[in-house]
Amino acid sequence: MQTKVGAPKQRLSLSDPRVRAWLFQIITVGLVVFMGWYLFNNTQTNLQHRGITSGFDFLERSAGFGIAQHLIDYTESDSYARVFVIGLLNTLLVSVIGIVLATILGFIIGVARLSSNWMINKLATVYVEIFRNIPPLLQILFWYFAVFLTMPGPRNSHNFADTFYMSSRGLNMPAAIGSEAFWPFVISVVLAIVAVLVMARWANKRFEATGVPFHKFWAGLGLLLVIPGACALIFGAPVHWEMPELKGFNFVGGWVLIPELLALTIALTVYTAAFISEIVRSGIKSVSHGQTEAARSLGLRPGPTLRKVIIPQALRVIIPPLTSQYLNLVKNSSLAAGIGYPEMVSLFAGTVLNQTGQAIEVIAITMSVYLAISISISLLMNWYNTRIALIER
Amino acid sequence: MKQLKSTLALATAAVVLSVTGFAHAGATLDGVKKKGFVQCGVSDGLPGFSVPDKDGKILGIDADICRAVAAAVFGDATKVKFSQLNAKERFTALQSGEVDVLSRNTTWTSSRDAGMGLVFAGVTYYDGVGFLVNNKLGVKSAKELDGATICIQAGTTTELNVSDYFRANNLKYTPITFDTSDESAKSLESGRCDVLTSDKSQLYAQRSKLANPNDYVVLPETISKEPLGPVVRKGDEDWFSIVKWTLFAMLNAEEAGITSKNVVAEAKSTKNPDVARLLGADGEYGKDLKLPKDWVVQIVSQVGNYGEVFEKNLGKSTPLAIDRGLNALWNNGGIQYAPPVR
Repeated sequence: MQTKVGAPKQRLSLSDPRVRAWLFQIITVGLVVFMGWYLFNNTQTNLQHRGITSGFDFLERSAGFGIAQHLIDYTESDSYARVFVIGLLNTLLVSVIGIVLATILGFIIGVARLSSNWMINKLATVYVEIFRNIPPLLQILFWYFAVFLTMPGPRNSHNFADTFYMSSRGLNMPAAIGSEAFWPFVISVVLAIVAVLVMARWANKRFEATGVPFHKFWAGLGLLLVIPGACALIFGAPVHWEMPELKGFNFVGGWVLIPELLALTIALTVYTAAFISEIVRSGIKSVSHGQTEAARSLGLRPGPTLRKVIIPQALRVIIPPLTSQYLNLVKNSSLAAGIGYPEMVSLFAGTVLNQTGQAIEVIAITMSVYLAISISISLLMNWYNTRIALIER
Repeated sequence: MKQLKSTLALATAAVVLSVTGFAHAGATLDGVKKKGFVQCGVSDGLPGFSVPDKDGKILGIDADICRAVAAAVFGDATKVKFSQLNAKERFTALQSGEVDVLSRNTTWTSSRDAGMGLVFAGVTYYDGVGFLVNNKLGVKSAKELDGATICIQAGTTTELNVSDYFRANNLKYTPITFDTSDESAKSLESGRCDVLTSDKSQLYAQRSKLANPNDYVVLPETISKEPLGPVVRKGDEDWFSIVKWTLFAMLNAEEAGITSKNVVAEAKSTKNPDVARLLGADGEYGKDLKLPKDWVVQIVSQVGNYGEVFEKNLGKSTPLAIDRGLNALWNNGGIQYAPPVR
């Protein structure tokens, strides 16, 4: 007679590790859910008890205050929801400009730090050590109060060829106003871009097939100039310029970059570029010197060596920490509240919160916005990172 | 940093609102008695209303209201601690219970009174929005401000009133909003804005802080009603009554001619039945308010009556030199009027 051995008897006992594991997980989930429910319920009860209005109805109400910079049309009778969109756009504006400029500047400084030219090398080092080590809020305040607000008033502004005016009110410049030839011009630009892409494909194919190189850059530039140029000749100028004019207190007409935007963008760019340059430097350093030697022995000159051999490999090291710097820049843009730039925190979590008194809703919305922006950037950068990752063959 | 402070205040508000239990009538008074002091929210530095002196002592009419409340509750005007709050932080600080009373040049409006879980206890100062401009601009009236750039403190009723005024008069303007009044003043001096706008009392105070006060002028227009007063949380009627009647007691004392100099003597020897009731010599009116019998004596002897407090902080002897105007007593050409104690 044989008894079954091996599989232990299934019993609900605490001595069974699987039962314990399940039990603990159920308890943990239960506790988390309960805490969440408790906090939510308690908040609701307390809000109700203290007579604080809650809910999101306030977004429909008219705001009633002015905003210094709005990328979309806005009047005081518009709703808080529109104010929210304006704050969001202003945050995105600073973030996008800042990220682009900081990346360019960071790459230049990072490469400069590796330069064999003593002067360039040391200048880049000094730059990094200065701007990396001063808190961003101080840099923002410096650019705002010490640089832009000390500019002369609009009546004595620095005048550049009667077109650009720099004063304590910002940088006034001519505005481009679309004429009838505007849309034909836009279509011609699109056509030119398509032509360049087709040309590049053809050139690459021919290069792979025959090895004969083609001057893609110059041909592309030519296409981009000739097609829209011809269009402008046929249909007339696509835009006419509206000049800023000093009238009363200030300039009227044209576009203006307000000093808050300038100070914030410059400060964030300069600050973040210092970090990016270090990331770039470490990325380039991570590519072994053998790669350079191999490229050079194949007869590649220093420029192409950097562009075609070093940087593509360095990017794999650069991208992940670069993503964090982009996220930092977006989050640091909220420091603008200190200089009155109307972005998310200053406009929505500041003015709107105060006018409505609905702290919890407003802060929740604001936090979700930063979360959404940050996660979008992360996803985009992760996608790019996978795309350029080393494909092992 | 301001940023950090306001973030902290908001975070505290969210946490406190989510984890604390019910507030009940009398909770604030019990809490105040237990901790032994009144926590009072004041401005981030506004001469005449609440501004720290060189030793860090907060001076001003708003601060004195809090001292008067402490005098009424504890019989000791020094039992008060101040929290300096900017315009954006103030309501969350009060809602979350971080302060017991907000006495911070705050305008009484219906939405603040009804929708935010707050309630105004009275009016310490009748104010209105005005404009401060540089002489150089040669502006004589607010109607000439078309196209002007205007510095405003963020999160105030001023932001709304200025917008209303410019819309009503079909004028254009660009608002630049700052968190603190100091930043706005700095921007006016640097020429970032043509105009600084705020409650008129604040404009006089701000002007006194500028490097060259005489280069600036307050325009004659008053474009809105701004009744400023202490605020408490809604739902605690006991505490609300204490703050409200502290202010009324100071007004009544001025009306009856009771000053910090004569209050003790009057309390003993007065023949006037009104004064006897006010000073606790007759009846138990303090007890109804859950206050000691001699609460008014303590307020007036330690802090002063309304007129004394006004003169000390805002009046002719101060750099602000503000006229009593609307803030004179009702029988003296103003509109300050307190219900009787009886």
